[in-house]
Amino acid sequence: MKEKLKSLWQKLFGDSVRAFGVVSLVFLVSLAIAPAKNYFSEWRHYQHGYLKMIRNRSDAVTLQRHFQGGIQQIWLPDLGVVDRCTSCHVGLKEASLADVNVQPFRPHPVIPHKLDQFGCTVCHRGQGAATTVAEAHNSTLAWEQPILPAKYIESSCGECHRGPLPGVPQLNQGRHLLSRYGCVRCHTVKLPDATTMKPTDDPPSLEHIADKTTREWIYAWLKDPQAYASTATMPNFKLSDDDVRDISAFLIANSTPLPGDTATLTAKAPTDPTAGASLYGESFCASCHAVQNAAGNLVGGDLGPELTRIGSKVRPEWLQAWLRNPRDYDPETAMPHYRFNDPQVATFTGFLLAKTDSDLLANVHLEAATPEQIAHGKRLVSDYGCASCHEIGGIKKPENFAPELSRIGSKPITQLVFLPGMQHTLPDYVAAKIKQPRWFGQALKMPQYSFTPAQIDSLATALLALNDRAATLPPSLTVAAKLESDYQPAGKAGKLMTDLACFSCHRINGHGGDMAPDLTWEGSSVQREWLVEFLKNPNTLRPALVRRMPRFNLTDTEANELTDYIMTVYQNPAIDRDSMPLSGYPQGQVELGKQLFYGKYACQGCHIVDTKTDKGYIGPTLTNVGSRLTAAWIFEWMKNPQALRPGTAEPNRAMSDEDARALTAFLISQKGGGKSEVAKK
Amino acid sequence: MIRHSLTTNTLFAVVLVMSLAISCSHRTASAPPPKPTAFGAAIVESSGGKQTAQTGASLPQPLVVQVNDEQGTAVPGALVEFSAAPGVTFDPANGLTDSSGQVTTNVTLGGMAGRYQLTASTIDKARKKVDLRIEEIALGYQQTLGRQLSDQYCDRCHNPESTVERLSNFDNLEIKPHPFTEGDTLNKISDADLTAIISHGGPALNKSALMPAWGNTLSKSDIQALISYIRAISDPPNRNAGPVYAEN
Repeated sequence: MKEKLKSLWQKLFGDSVRAFGVVSLVFLVSLAIAPAKNYFSEWRHYQHGYLKMIRNRSDAVTLQRHFQGGIQQIWLPDLGVVDRCTSCHVGLKEASLADVNVQPFRPHPVIPHKLDQFGCTVCHRGQGAATTVAEAHNSTLAWEQPILPAKYIESSCGECHRGPLPGVPQLNQGRHLLSRYGCVRCHTVKLPDATTMKPTDDPPSLEHIADKTTREWIYAWLKDPQAYASTATMPNFKLSDDDVRDISAFLIANSTPLPGDTATLTAKAPTDPTAGASLYGESFCASCHAVQNAAGNLVGGDLGPELTRIGSKVRPEWLQAWLRNPRDYDPETAMPHYRFNDPQVATFTGFLLAKTDSDLLANVHLEAATPEQIAHGKRLVSDYGCASCHEIGGIKKPENFAPELSRIGSKPITQLVFLPGMQHTLPDYVAAKIKQPRWFGQALKMPQYSFTPAQIDSLATALLALNDRAATLPPSLTVAAKLESDYQPAGKAGKLMTDLACFSCHRINGHGGDMAPDLTWEGSSVQREWLVEFLKNPNTLRPALVRRMPRFNLTDTEANELTDYIMTVYQNPAIDRDSMPLSGYPQGQVELGKQLFYGKYACQGCHIVDTKTDKGYIGPTLTNVGSRLTAAWIFEWMKNPQALRPGTAEPNRAMSDEDARALTAFLISQKGGGKSEVAKK
Repeated sequence: MIRHSLTTNTLFAVVLVMSLAISCSHRTASAPPPKPTAFGAAIVESSGGKQTAQTGASLPQPLVVQVNDEQGTAVPGALVEFSAAPGVTFDPANGLTDSSGQVTTNVTLGGMAGRYQLTASTIDKARKKVDLRIEEIALGYQQTLGRQLSDQYCDRCHNPESTVERLSNFDNLEIKPHPFTEGDTLNKISDADLTAIISHGGPALNKSALMPAWGNTLSKSDIQALISYIRAISDPPNRNAGPVYAEN
């Protein structure tokens, strides 16, 4: 062996000339590797493939003219982008390649941004500077940022766009859920604009819980909140029987009574069994509360809790007190203070208490609690951070109870603990953590939510948008969110509006809900007499809607006070309410308006003026519009409805002043007494 | 062009092999299918077909298929396997039918917009594969925006289906609008004509004035988005709007 090697050495390097030749040859070969590597590079292979593909197309000449060989690059210093993706993705900007089904040659789908201005990695992530597929798309040791899977792509929109955005429902929903399910009560989320994400759920205070419900119900609820109400936002903490026994013992023992909750009611429930259901319907409880129907479908809104099994939960005395004035128990509640009289309260109480579920509490048998159990319950309540959401007497709201998520979208993979068999990527980790938190350890405190797969994707999308880039973008490159204003109406009327919880449904001056019309300009819009009457007895304007304005049983004084305030304060500066008369338009103009209504603009498609012929269901019924709206408002509305109420479905018809005036004359002549046949149905 | 040192050059081959290895290792193997205890004769869709979702997103409703025997009675314990173009995922990808003869799976569509053809297959008594084809539609950004606009402005007249929350206005209209899925009619109308009707109203093409003009309410790109949505959901598919079935 040694001999052989020696002779080989002799052959190669025996004399200096031969050695020089051999070394030269070795150098020559290694020099040739560079051009060879360049020649065999992936991007060149794809560019050849692209040219081959377009050769036989009818638009080959145009495509060939657009084609540029070699490594391509989009360089955007502002965004820190050096993207060479277009070296392989050659047809990205060629809309005519829409029929191509093979990557990397498909054209980019239409988006509102130009590729040259944003590059690729701002949205898709991955490694823009890389020139091989593996390095650009996948996470390698040196580069941690892999391509973002398509299902989370909207998270990239959220880096710059801080508010709701049309066309990205998943991001919008994810952000909504973070607030709606109270995620941000335990996890702090500081937004790049220096605000903190606020919860929009309304977990009740537990200070007087014993007034409201029984220990048995608390037990059943804590074991499985969704068994009581499938829509409950309260998660399942997967507690043992003993732990639930002790927590319920503590909560009941810790509760302090409110005097109003034990008052007995003198009025008796009516004998008519349908009275409760009709009162429930008339009061439009279903605008906010859902109830499961016989087919198992939920019917009603989600602003308030589901009422399917409410009779198994609440104590009768508490329910009466709540119905009489919910604000006595919870001053912050979204529920309006209906001015129900005693017989109405009794009717409601009977109706709601009948909504029971015998299975719910069938297996709950609790012995009287011992002091040890109560003490243990208190410890558990602290350990699980219950006070992060609920007010509980004697327990402080914990600070930073769960990890902060302000930059979760940039968490290094090296800091994550993956489960066996899991893909080692951040999106997979975030999604799995939301889906089943306790997979990552039985001792973890994060509870189990009952999110659908689509909701989990949405939440992960919103969380991935909270990353380093979003946090460090210069303000000039971001689109700020419209912040909710803290508008509050003033004075006596303001107090009344809070009491009636107007802002739970209506929006005024950038504050409030979106279920009902924005009332910012209501004072310019409606006539005084109509508004007083409507507040006392809200007959329906849109018969096709399930959610409607309830009757609050206001007194004359209250209705007048509220009307005066609305008429004075909620005025649009551009509309002079008295600039156009409410009657006395020439008959010819009214006739012209009628022709325009039924002919040129075909308004009867959506509105009803004559209940005998018109059937339109979309817009409000107009049989009585002449007694409801001001002429000046109708005129401005005809000219540009979106200017008065952004997002309204009424199309802007770019009407001439003449047409708008004629239609105003026609509509203001509709004073049909307010009770159309459809409205009665 | 970046200059490479000699040492990196010699690593070239190694990198190439490694990148191949990485790209292969990223394919996840699905669990082996369970052993069927019964065999059916036919497989039918119970629910979950013809849904729309965004590219890469989970379908809003799970896909449920049922295995029946020759008499049309449900067969419990039969094996159902789901497959589709790469990029589409099923959770679970296979399973035995439950006591009512059904298998339920959550579907995530691929990253490309378009129609996806899914296959659910079972094995019959003669050990032959019986297939059921199901179609789902993935919407890209533009179509998603279009769907949102359609919900806000168009659907209440153009969609004859009423929901608990929203009554359709379709039946109230003297001249019926075309539902957006009505490919037989809408596929014959060019993009330019659709744009004209949406912008200027029905009379622009001698159609009913009940279709109002939206040109002052919707922007040009809004209208394009609406059309791309209409094209995406049309049934039968619109052949000018790209390949009929998406592949990932």
